[in-house]
Amino acid sequence: MSKAYEMVIGLEVHVELATKTKIFCSCSTEFGGTPNAHTCPVCTGMPGSLPVLNKKVVEYAVAVGLATNCAITQNCKFDRKNYFYPDNPQNYQISQLYLPICRNGGVEIETAAGKKTIGIHEIHMEEDAGKLIHDEWEDCSIVDFNRSGVPLIEIVSEPDMRSADEVIAYLEKLRMLIQYLGASDCKLNEGSMRADVNLSIREAGNIELGTRTEMKNLNSFKAIARAIENERERQIELIESGEKVIQETRRWDDVKEYSYAMRSKEDAQDYRYFPEPDLVPIIISDEWIKEIKAEEPEFQTQKQARYIEKFELPEYDAKIITGHKKLADIFESTNEICKNPKKVSNWLMVETMRILKENAMEPDDIKFSPVNLASLIDLTESGKINSTVAKEVFEKIFFEDIDPVKYVEEKGLATVNDEGALRETVSKIMEENPQSIEDYHNGKEKAIGFLVGQTMKAMKGKANPGMVNEILKELLNK
Amino acid sequence: MSLMSLTALELGRKIKAKEVTVEQAVLEAFEAIEESEEKLNSFVTLNKKAALKRAKEVQKAIEEGTLKGPLAGVPVAVKDNMCTKDLLTTCSSKILYNFLPTYTAQAVMNLEEAGAIVIGKTNMDEFAMGSTTETSAFGATKNPWNEAHVPGGSSGGSCAAVAAEECSFALGSDTGGSIRQPSSFCGVTGIKPTYGTVSRYGLIAYGSSLDQIGPVAKDVSDCAAILEVIASYDEKDSTSVKREDYDFTSALIDDVKGMKIGIPRDYFGEGLEEEVKEAVLKAAEELRKKGAIVEEFDLSLVEYAIPAYYVIACAEASSNLARFDGVKYGYRTKEYDGLHNMYKKSRSEGFGEEVKRRIMLGSFVLSSGYYDAYYIKALRTKALIKKAFDKAFASYDIILGPAAPTTAPKLGESLSDPIKMYLGDIYTIAVNLAGLPGISLPCGFDKKGLPIGLQLIGDCFQEKKMIQAAYTYEKTREGKHSPFSKQADTTLGQKGESRS
Repeated sequence: MSKAYEMVIGLEVHVELATKTKIFCSCSTEFGGTPNAHTCPVCTGMPGSLPVLNKKVVEYAVAVGLATNCAITQNCKFDRKNYFYPDNPQNYQISQLYLPICRNGGVEIETAAGKKTIGIHEIHMEEDAGKLIHDEWEDCSIVDFNRSGVPLIEIVSEPDMRSADEVIAYLEKLRMLIQYLGASDCKLNEGSMRADVNLSIREAGNIELGTRTEMKNLNSFKAIARAIENERERQIELIESGEKVIQETRRWDDVKEYSYAMRSKEDAQDYRYFPEPDLVPIIISDEWIKEIKAEEPEFQTQKQARYIEKFELPEYDAKIITGHKKLADIFESTNEICKNPKKVSNWLMVETMRILKENAMEPDDIKFSPVNLASLIDLTESGKINSTVAKEVFEKIFFEDIDPVKYVEEKGLATVNDEGALRETVSKIMEENPQSIEDYHNGKEKAIGFLVGQTMKAMKGKANPGMVNEILKELLNK
Repeated sequence: MSLMSLTALELGRKIKAKEVTVEQAVLEAFEAIEESEEKLNSFVTLNKKAALKRAKEVQKAIEEGTLKGPLAGVPVAVKDNMCTKDLLTTCSSKILYNFLPTYTAQAVMNLEEAGAIVIGKTNMDEFAMGSTTETSAFGATKNPWNEAHVPGGSSGGSCAAVAAEECSFALGSDTGGSIRQPSSFCGVTGIKPTYGTVSRYGLIAYGSSLDQIGPVAKDVSDCAAILEVIASYDEKDSTSVKREDYDFTSALIDDVKGMKIGIPRDYFGEGLEEEVKEAVLKAAEELRKKGAIVEEFDLSLVEYAIPAYYVIACAEASSNLARFDGVKYGYRTKEYDGLHNMYKKSRSEGFGEEVKRRIMLGSFVLSSGYYDAYYIKALRTKALIKKAFDKAFASYDIILGPAAPTTAPKLGESLSDPIKMYLGDIYTIAVNLAGLPGISLPCGFDKKGLPIGLQLIGDCFQEKKMIQAAYTYEKTREGKHSPFSKQADTTLGQKGESRS
């Protein structure tokens, strides 16, 4: 590449709100369920039905707006977006165009390139559509309206991002804020957080924006990073070969690591937006905003400071743990039981992180109960099991959420503290390894490690390592 | 004399006094229907079996004392754009020819809970788009006063059924005059309440910001009593209003002393038939004689109401009617090639001409590039019209005028010239744009023997003043209002207002 190029990226992030009921009716938002079990005349668009706004949706949207430094539109309203598709039972979606609930905000992100603010253009509320299932066998399509009417907010950023790193940092920041607020679980793989990437390329130093494309179907941070890199290369190739980038919507195929055009701007639909006549304007008073603000949880920075101050965690540990609401929640619940912040932090920072990494899992995937981790810590602290056994038990807790007390008992994993038994084994190991004894006496301190290892092995890892050490030294120095 | 020639309240009293049973009343309604339907076509669907079953239940409840309201046991006809569970609801459209709702509209529920018996669904202009009931996919309804004439629309079936004594009363809906104009053409009384008074839940929307359900009956007392039953605050309708004053019958007072009535000069200009003008001004004079202060004034902006209305109503309709696509219920074309083609063919075949015209008009005014020029301008006009009425109501309690510029036109006359038909709504649609209550009640006949309607308009939430003025005027015409019974005929003959 002869020239230097710069990417300009803006994001449209859809977040499914964690309300119990849908945005315009009282049907459950529960995931799964028999198709069309969670439906009523309203969310199936039956003639004559009317929407009634769920107040909680407004509260969540305002809370997210406040957390992202937006101005709240205190007199906002809904509009209809008209388009025909069978997953959309009314053939219009109730959304917001003219007066979105939040505007002009921004969040600070940090990447290797430093700190930066990403602007938020607006946040608006809307309803989700149903799900179409194409039945190849019967050669027909069927529709499930269980998701129809599930509340969403769409967070539209300014085109402020310049790299995949910034995009990921921005999404992580949004996810963290929203999870802290409890407004959504923000799972990309389950679709409760969806990001569409608007990307264009320009020569470095240019002020004018290039033609952008919109990338859809991005189901993980890794897919987002790959799609961005791929689209950057595709656009640069077009520009370099003298062709034009077409303004279009593209769909990312993460398996093939390739995107294809879904629809171009030319056949873009005219959505014929107009104010939704079935809903009245939403008046958000100063008092209501104050109430929502007052309910704000402790956010990451405050939590981090508290962990350092109160629990005396190292800054690095406190930052990692508070960086994920799920980790912070586990930390606090576990510590609540066992009152040993340092140990809890260790288990999260070392073993938990290792398992997550090895299994390509996210902290949100953690399923174990804090009470079991607390029990495990008690077992190790009281010397009932040694650290090797503890690690093994923790894996069981992590994947199967077992009760460690019972497990240790059933499997006979308790540390052997019986001095007689230990002496017997140590003596036997010494007899079998005369060379090591000689090495030790010749000044090779390491030999003692080998003998400890052999003893532990002979005792299936259950020996109290401190006692084994003492007994060994005593016998060797006789 | 048929029980159906009684007013709803009279019949309700007879049932309560055990002079007649609910079953008798329902059977007589169906006898009357059997006699008139072939000529009139007021109904799309009859509900005989369920109605007779329900009659027994209601009779029992009345006897047990659990149903005490004035409408208990009284047969009602419901316009076919209100959902009725397990009873066909077609909006007089081919596209909903087989549609069975899964729930009942709130206004109808309120009536059923009060013991009224739904005997059938009445014909209408397709999706309430029209002023003659001729755009129905199931054939036109005829005017009971003269079958060569239309009953008006879009609630033509409901008004004709009441006028022809096929039911005790009916429900209509009014988006731009669809209760008041056919009431005027059929010589019955109908109220369009203040927007938000009657729940729209279950009313298949035409123009959501304008639609209101209202009563159609033989007189003002019936209308007040019915409105009292159907009006309710409904959490399922966000535009529903919690009112303090649901006691509309308390306004049935024969007195207008000191009441200030304004007559807009704009309502008596070009296009108004002389006979209609005379009858309406005569009605104003009657009210003046009863002690009202009657003055002329300039309302202004009336000429802008029609274009503003058609832009707003059609825009909303183009979106409201999008759900009729052949996917989930209703008509689907037989042969098609893919989704898009299925949509196109189902909708092209399922909707009638007038509906398609309004969907296209509405889609056009909402499309990008035209939205500001048409839709936004229409909304501003709507706001100005509301302001003009606010100003008028600062000086007057009631505004009085004709309900329609003419009496009922002949069948086939209107559809050939849609613009002319649209202009026929000139006196009613400003009321919808401003959200006001309006009543139409008979005030005479033209030389052809066709009824003329007087329209009284109240300020928002001032139905009671309007009802009081209407009731007082009605009293001055005692005996002339009941349209069809022989008794009324004699009275009419004596007064020289005979039917042709």
